[in-house]
Amino acid sequence: MSSTATKDHAELAAIFNRDEPRVDWHDETLWWVRAKRDIAAHKLPEWELLRETASQIKNNVLSNLSTYLEQFEANAIKNGVTVHWAADAEEHNQIVHKLLSERGINRMVKSKSMLTEECHLNEFLAQRGFDVIDSDLGERIVQLAGEPPSHIVLPCIHKKKEEIGDIFHEHLGSAKGESDPKILTETARQHLREVFLTRRAALTGVNFAIAETGEFVICTNEGNADMGAHLAEIHIASMGMEKIIPERKHLGVFLRLLTRSATGQPITTYSSHFAKPQDGKEIHIVIVDNGRSIQLGREDFRNSLKCIRCGACMNTCPVYRKSGGHSYHTAVAGPIGSILAPNLDMKKYADLPFASTLCGSCSNVCPVKIDIHDQLYKWRQVIVKAGYTPTAKTIAMKGMAFTLASPTLYRAAGKMGRLTFKYAPFAVNNGANPWYKHREMPKAPEQSFGEWYAKRKEQKK
Amino acid sequence: MSSRDKILAAVKANQISHAELPDLEVLNTLTATSENLVERYKTIGSAGGSFVYEVADYDAIKSILQKEFIPGVKIICGVPQLHEYTNVDDVKHELSHSFADVELCILASNLGVAENGALWLTEEQMTVRVLPFIAQHLAIVISQKNLVPTMAQAYQTIGDARYGYGAFISGPSKTADIEQSLVIGAHGPRSLSVFILP
Amino acid sequence: MKVALFVPCYVDQFYPKAAIATLELLEKLGCEVHYPKNQTCCGQPMANSGYEHLTGGCNNLFIDNFSGYDYVVCPSGSCTLHIKEHLHAHDNEDMATEIRKRVFELTEFLVDILRVDILEASFPYRVGLHNSCHGLRGLRISQMSELVAPAFSKPAQLLNLVKGLELVPLSRNDDCCGFGGTFCVVEEAVSSKMGKDRVDDHLEHGAQYITSADLSCLMHLEGILRRQNSDVKVIHVAEILNNSIQ
Repeated sequence: MSSTATKDHAELAAIFNRDEPRVDWHDETLWWVRAKRDIAAHKLPEWELLRETASQIKNNVLSNLSTYLEQFEANAIKNGVTVHWAADAEEHNQIVHKLLSERGINRMVKSKSMLTEECHLNEFLAQRGFDVIDSDLGERIVQLAGEPPSHIVLPCIHKKKEEIGDIFHEHLGSAKGESDPKILTETARQHLREVFLTRRAALTGVNFAIAETGEFVICTNEGNADMGAHLAEIHIASMGMEKIIPERKHLGVFLRLLTRSATGQPITTYSSHFAKPQDGKEIHIVIVDNGRSIQLGREDFRNSLKCIRCGACMNTCPVYRKSGGHSYHTAVAGPIGSILAPNLDMKKYADLPFASTLCGSCSNVCPVKIDIHDQLYKWRQVIVKAGYTPTAKTIAMKGMAFTLASPTLYRAAGKMGRLTFKYAPFAVNNGANPWYKHREMPKAPEQSFGEWYAKRKEQKK
Repeated sequence: MSSRDKILAAVKANQISHAELPDLEVLNTLTATSENLVERYKTIGSAGGSFVYEVADYDAIKSILQKEFIPGVKIICGVPQLHEYTNVDDVKHELSHSFADVELCILASNLGVAENGALWLTEEQMTVRVLPFIAQHLAIVISQKNLVPTMAQAYQTIGDARYGYGAFISGPSKTADIEQSLVIGAHGPRSLSVFILP
Repeated sequence: MKVALFVPCYVDQFYPKAAIATLELLEKLGCEVHYPKNQTCCGQPMANSGYEHLTGGCNNLFIDNFSGYDYVVCPSGSCTLHIKEHLHAHDNEDMATEIRKRVFELTEFLVDILRVDILEASFPYRVGLHNSCHGLRGLRISQMSELVAPAFSKPAQLLNLVKGLELVPLSRNDDCCGFGGTFCVVEEAVSSKMGKDRVDDHLEHGAQYITSADLSCLMHLEGILRRQNSDVKVIHVAEILNNSIQ
C-alpha cells in the first residue's frame, strides 16, 4: 500500500492497464454485477420512488443528525450497550485498543467494516502486538495477500481464483494448484470456524443504526458477523456517524435498496438487528466522526454522507472497472471514494475527482441519489482554487481561457493548430502527446466551418 | 470538552439544511398485495438457495427431515410440535461454543417476506443467538398466513416490538467473493429448509 | 423562427462538415439560421478541468453572440449541457438565464421543437449509435439504462426515419467512451481502453459507421479506429439526417 501512496490514479491506472486481458476480465466481472443490479431494480416498478424516499430520509438525517445521534445514544444505553465517541481514526483505534487491553484480550475476529479500513485499525493493532483476523472471505483473502480491499462490497474482486488458490496453499494449507471456489471456500470455512470459536472479542461494522430504538443492523451473506459477535464476550461495533436512520420502519426502505443495488440480490442472507447484549456479555458501539462533521458543513459535498456503501457506483463506473480499486489509493475506491477522500486530505487525494469522465452513471445508480458526478465537478473547482493542481496545467488553462475569450486570437490559433496537424504531423504525433499513444489525431480539414460560412455568405451576396 | 461533546457541537453547527421525513404510506400501499405470496416466496426462496417445502402438517416436516438427516446427528429444535428432537430450552444454558457440532437446528418464524425469501426470527425463537448460524443446517417452519409481500409490510408487522436481537434470514450462508462464483456454505448453515404450513 | 447556430470550437476546426450539415438541415426544415461569427468556445474544457472561474470571458462572449434568438442550436450534447448548466454572467444574468433556456442540442431540437417525423434522407448502411453521456444523462435525449423508466431515444427516433439505415444493436448501450475532455490525456490509459472497448462493441455488431450527437466522443473513437486501420467511419448524426436521397 505504501508503494502506491506516491503515485496518482492515472499512473496506477496505467500500470493496471499493462495487462489488457486482465482489465477485460475485471471490467466484465463488474459489468455483470451492474447487469444483475439492473435486473433486480427493473423487477420493482416502484424502484425510483424507493430511491427518492431513501434520499429524503437521508436528507432528513443530515439535517437533524445531532438530535438523532443523541437519541440513538440514549436508547442504546437503555439497551445495556456502551457508547463511545471517536473524533478521528486515532481515537477510534485507541478506544478499541483499550477495550481489548482492559480485558486481557490480544486476539480479535473482525467482520467487514470499511470504517476500520479508513482508520487503518488492523495496522494499528498489529503494531501493538494484537492479532486481528478478518472473517469476511474476501477480506480474509486480501488480508493474507497483504493488500487492502479493492472494492467496498467485493474486497478481492481484483484477484483471480488461481491467485487465491496460491495464497490459500501458502497460508491455509490447501492443495497446491487448487483453485475451485467451492474447495477454497470450504478451506476458509474450516480455518475461520476455528477462529470464531477461539476469539473472545469480535468487531463488526454497522450498516444502519436506528435512533428510535438504539439497535443497529449488520448485513452479511456469509454469517460471519453473527458467528463472531455471538461467540465472543465482547462485541465492538464501529460506525461512521452518518449510519443513523431515524426509525426502524425506514429499514423497510433501505434493506430493499441495499443489496439490489450492490449485487442484484433481493436481500442479504442475514440482516441482523442487535439491540441488547446477551446475558453476561458486552456490546460497545464506537461512533466515529473522522472528518464527517466537516463534510457535513460543506454544502456542495454534504450529500456524500448519505452513502449506504452498496458499491453500485463502482460497478457502473467505467473508470473504476478499467482501472481497478487500488488505483484510487484510498480505503473507499470508485466514484463515492473520490468525493469522500478529498475531505480527509485534499492534497493527497487531489487526483481522484479527476479520475472520472463525468459520465454521470454513478449518480443514477445511487440508491440514495447522491449527485456524485456533480460533486466530482465541484471538487475539481475546489482543488484548483486550493492550489493542488500542477502549475503547468494552470498556465495552460489560463492561456486557453485567454485565447477562447477572443474571437481574433481563437481564429489565429485555430489556423495554426490545423496547419500543424496538416503539414507537420510528427510535431504533434509523438510520444509527448498522450493522445497519440493509442489514437490518431483528427485529420485537419481544408477550412474551418467559420471560414466556409464566410465564403458562402460572400457567394450569396 | 469530551469528544462526544465536540462531535455533537460540530455536527450541530454544520447541519444547516432542513428536510422533512417522507411519508412511507405510498410505498406501503403500492407494494401491499396478498396475491400468490406462497408462490412468490417459493420462487424467490429457491432462487436464493433455500429448499422450500409446502407441507400439510408437522408429520410431513418430520418425514422430510428423517429422509434428509441420518439418525443420531445432533439436532436442536425450537419448535414445540416437533418434540422428538432435543428442545433448545433444555440446552440453552450451555456455552454457545458447545453448539459447534450441531448438525441441524429447527426454529419457527412468525414473519416471512415473499419478495426476498427472508424469515424474521428474534431471540425469543432462537433462544440461543448463535444457533441458526453455527448449525451445519437450518430448518425454519412458518405458517403461510405469516407471509407478507415486502419488507415494507414486514416492518409494519414488527412495529415497535422489543427484542434483544433479531434477524432476517433469507437462505443458506453463502459467498461469491471468489471471482463472483456463488458458493453455498460460507461460515453458517450449508442449507436452509423452509417449511410452509397452511 | 430565428435560430442561432452554435458550433463548438473543435467542430469548427476539425469537423466543419458536421456543422455544414447541421446548418443545411435546419434550413431545409424551414429555420432562419444565423451563425454569429465571433463565437469561440463554451468554456467547458476549462470548467471540467476545475477552472470554471476562468470561463468568465467565454461566458460574456457567448452571451454577446447568442442573445436575441428564438433558439440556440448546437450539434453537440456536451457543449449544450455546459451552457445549460454553467452559463452565467455577473452583469447580464437575465440574458444568461434566457440563453440557458433557449439552447438545444440538435436532435432534441428536431424532435421536441420542430417535431420532425418525416425526413428526406437516405443512408443505406449499418450504423451503430453511440450515446454520449452528456446528451444521455445530462440532457436526457435518450433514456439511460440505470433508471427504471420507459425507454426512448431522440437520435434513434430520427435515424429510424432515414431510408436504408439499419441501427445495429450493441452489448452496452450507454457505457461511456472515455473521452471526458482533458480526461483523454490526463488519464490516457483508461481513456484509450474505454474507447477501444466501445469501438469493439460496434465492430462486433457489424457497424459500418458509428454515429453520435456528440463529435467529441466521435473524435476519440475515430482516433482509435484509424489507429487500427479500420474501414469503419465515424459520422455526426446531422450528416446522416442531411444526407439526401441518392
